[in-house]
Amino acid sequence: MISLTRRYHFPASHRLHTPLLSEAENSRLYGKCNNPFGHGHDYILELTVSGELDPATGLLVPLVRLDQFVADKILRHFAYRNINLDVPQFASLVPTTENVALVIADLVKGAWRDSFGDLPIRASRVHIQETDRNGFEILIPALKTDTLAAEERNESVIVHA
Amino acid sequence: MLITRKAEFSASHFCRAASLSDEENRGLYGEEAHPAGHGHNFVVEVSVEGEPDAITGMIVDLKELKEILEQEVVEPMDHRFLNYEVEPFGKVIPTTANIALEIWRRLEKRFQRARFRLARVRLFETADVYVDVMNPVGL
Repeated sequence: MISLTRRYHFPASHRLHTPLLSEAENSRLYGKCNNPFGHGHDYILELTVSGELDPATGLLVPLVRLDQFVADKILRHFAYRNINLDVPQFASLVPTTENVALVIADLVKGAWRDSFGDLPIRASRVHIQETDRNGFEILIPALKTDTLAAEERNESVIVHA
Repeated sequence: MLITRKAEFSASHFCRAASLSDEENRGLYGEEAHPAGHGHNFVVEVSVEGEPDAITGMIVDLKELKEILEQEVVEPMDHRFLNYEVEPFGKVIPTTANIALEIWRRLEKRFQRARFRLARVRLFETADVYVDVMNPVGL
């Protein structure tokens, strides 16, 4: 198995607050992250790609293409943005880093086939650090993702070993 | 149980496919394609898998692992131009993935009779990109 992990940085602000709890409960639960004005982080996003090396180029994926994909599909929505106000997925979703990771993983999965369908690779992992001390990881399973994606599109299932 | 040891080497390389034009190489490899070459401080993390020895409590003698990394990776690759001085990169394009695979090959050869096995080679080209090799097929 061979995989490549690329690290990206994006600054963004957010506020953790849920309308399902009282002001006091929100304050207790989220602590400083509940500050009504919000606050920011330099998030670090790692995207891991797994699959087969192209023997002619020695590459899993040209970094130029991967960088363009992440810039277009992810960073454009998150970098220098207020996640609560600027990213539509968070209109009623609390932007904990868990949820940010899940939304980013969905964006990656949703756009993957159109961008990299010509290569025998898949996105296998999304990892996000909010700070040096908090990291969240989503492993994207091979068979299930490909099966679901293919079923949604009524295509035959492609299984990467 | 896994134990990981790190080593560093600084080397220059470039990535160009002979069959492609300048423009195509540039499109594929970006700045890495510049033919005069450029350098990186490569960091390799080698993980071996095994159980601690009943007597020594060690999976692997780290001095020995360090020495093998030195002989197989650091000594031949440190302060070298990979394309011109380190086999097989005269023919094989020294992408991060191919360098990681070559390190796997070199180390696995040395571990064949060991009581631990090579589990992973992680090669950082920069702090922002690394390749993992685990049980590659066809080597």
